[in-house]
Amino acid sequence: MTPLLKVQNIAKFYGGRIGCTDVSFDLYPGEVMGIVGESGSGKSTLLNCLAGHLAPDRGEVLFETRSEGMKDTVTMSEPERRMLSRTDWAFVHQHARDGLRMNVSAGGNVGERLMAVGARHYGDIRDQAIDWLGRVEINESRVDDRPTQFSGGMQQRLQIARNLVTGPRLVFMDEPTGGLDVSVQARLLDLLRGLVREMGLSAIIVTHDLAVVRLLADRLMVMKDGHVVETGLTDQVLDDPQHAYTQLLVSSVLQV
Amino acid sequence: MSDYNFAYLDEQTKRMIRRAILKGLAIPGYQVPFASREMPMPYGWGTGGVQVSAATLTPDDTMKVIDQGADDTTNAVSIRKFFEKTAGVATTEETAEASVIQTRHRIPEEPLREDQILVYQVPIPEPLRFLEPSEVETRKMHSLEEYGLMHVKLYEDISRHGAIATSYAYPVKVEGRYVMDPSPIPKFDNPKMEMAAIQLFGAGREQRIYAVPPYTQVVSLDFDDYPFEATKADAACDLCGAEDSYLDEVIMDDAGGRMFVCSDTDYCCSRRKAGFVGAKGTAFEEDAA
Amino acid sequence: MIEITNLSKTFTLHNQGGVVIPVMQGANLSVARGQCVALTGASGAGKSTLMRMIYGNYLAASGSILVDGVDVTKAEPREILQLRRETLGYVSQFLRVVPRVATIDVVAEPLLAVGVDGDAARARARDLLSRLRIPERLWSLSPTSFSGGEQQRVNIARGFAHEYPAMLLDEPTASLDAANRETVLTLIEEAKARGAAIVGIFHDEAARDRVCDREIDVSVYTPQAA
Repeated sequence: MTPLLKVQNIAKFYGGRIGCTDVSFDLYPGEVMGIVGESGSGKSTLLNCLAGHLAPDRGEVLFETRSEGMKDTVTMSEPERRMLSRTDWAFVHQHARDGLRMNVSAGGNVGERLMAVGARHYGDIRDQAIDWLGRVEINESRVDDRPTQFSGGMQQRLQIARNLVTGPRLVFMDEPTGGLDVSVQARLLDLLRGLVREMGLSAIIVTHDLAVVRLLADRLMVMKDGHVVETGLTDQVLDDPQHAYTQLLVSSVLQV
Repeated sequence: MSDYNFAYLDEQTKRMIRRAILKGLAIPGYQVPFASREMPMPYGWGTGGVQVSAATLTPDDTMKVIDQGADDTTNAVSIRKFFEKTAGVATTEETAEASVIQTRHRIPEEPLREDQILVYQVPIPEPLRFLEPSEVETRKMHSLEEYGLMHVKLYEDISRHGAIATSYAYPVKVEGRYVMDPSPIPKFDNPKMEMAAIQLFGAGREQRIYAVPPYTQVVSLDFDDYPFEATKADAACDLCGAEDSYLDEVIMDDAGGRMFVCSDTDYCCSRRKAGFVGAKGTAFEEDAA
Repeated sequence: MIEITNLSKTFTLHNQGGVVIPVMQGANLSVARGQCVALTGASGAGKSTLMRMIYGNYLAASGSILVDGVDVTKAEPREILQLRRETLGYVSQFLRVVPRVATIDVVAEPLLAVGVDGDAARARARDLLSRLRIPERLWSLSPTSFSGGEQQRVNIARGFAHEYPAMLLDEPTASLDAANRETVLTLIEEAKARGAAIVGIFHDEAARDRVCDREIDVSVYTPQAA
């Protein structure tokens, strides 16, 4: 099996400050990797470098493209990269309003990616949008409502539908459950787990919530001050942390 | 005449605008930025079209100005007088007589010829603007041909109204490349844009010029199952009886009385002169109206 | 099936002055197909630690753990995950699930993960849940709200859903009533009969004597405190 994503020595600097540095890993099809660390640890910088939102100062992000095999997304042309981000990639933002068009109906939001890749049959687009709303547990009757009329959890589910409708192979998630009530979080996590398994998705999830990674991620990468301090199987890293920082992180979780 | 440079603008400004026009013609549908000047009229009254006309006119030209198809509305009259005064060119209300036609919101009914230029006044040149507020992003979308968003707008129309309700400023794709706002002409006029004349578009406030060269492919965007339709009111002109022209609905009284008349006044007049009479019309007299 | 050679384990507590605690040294263990081996020793001797190391949950300091030919101490996360999915089952003492997921789906999940279709997986889940006497009216509810004993039985059902060639059982019969204890022991015997290699911790001596072929006293591998 070849990796879907091969990250080699990624570094990003903000002037003299380190955003993230010396990050390398392979992600295989179907794998879900969590990146944890506190605010400012470089996890979001890393995610943005991987997803093509930020240009890293060093390193390669090789992606197994459908037509040309392994290709460095850092150096590929912008149209090609943007095409990837509309088709094979998905990005779920922490704040749904960053990932949705708030003045466009739920159906239009889900349909946009289809239209962006050339779908021109209204009926088909709408059917697919409704199908996806159902898969993220949004009632068909809401298809023409705008996201502004949705609750936070529904907005987040709509964002997921919008991202997954084109059948991506790699999903980037930035604190997907951040800011949601715990009950809503649980529902979203369950949904994400189901979709990841059904669609065989690979995913990279940035979060500071260790409970979220324990449930969603197969593997874990712990970051501190822009460096990766520990990696491994999620439960191994959480139950038998080796690095001082990871031990501190794990022991700092409040018990309920 | 000695008080004004020919056609109001100084020669350097006209050269700058002509360069923008030529670039626009070279890249059909592409919005060329230009250094729009202050004109002696408010934005929204045709400052872009006036500047393009000024850079286009020669002393031998004959100019026609229409607003919503009419030669006799305030805006049309003012702009026509402006050029009479600042350029000393001949003016006309007859489409066939004109070599340069400045228009707001209409394309004349009579097909234009290769020796004519149609200048549009454009309020908002960016067709993607209402869905994507960032100019940086819309420019990138144009350069990368990412036009999915344009269909989102049409999708929204159908989901809300059961049909594509956009009835003016209906987006088009020019020569298979750039998506373009045709200015707020009724979509009835869209098919006419594949024409023999040169079409120039000027947006003064937004500082953009774009163009469609003669015989260029102009396709109105649509869905396979909701094809584009060039619609008009389902009636004939009550003055001249024309069934093929775009109509204005005129409310006559408080009792629901109304009539439909050609929005293109020259077209209507010339038909009436030729003896056509509509349902509520009377035979044409030179001094009527 | 399970082959452990010269295994050792230390914990380093970085946040408590960097104390290094050696907990296991020179452990060896071999379990063949169809065998059940019990780990014995006093509390704190390292029974659970050893089980967790076999499962890849704890990192080994040195030595090797071969499960069906895969060295867990050196394998990539995805290799360990594949091993856990297909080969190595683990029934822990505690149930850990996503809130909100129905019991029947919790039990069926390991089968879905290896590609069994939904209907067949749920049929197997129903069979196990009824054998373990979980009332049918609870099947559609999330086990997070169940009593401790019910949760444990759901956990066992989940652990036995897929027929793993190797299994780790941590106190599978603790706090079960006689009837359910009998069911669990039968499940273990069935697993052995189909050739599963089993490592277990049983405080229940009668249960241990009934299903285990050998006992390993883990305390012999406990390093003497310096």
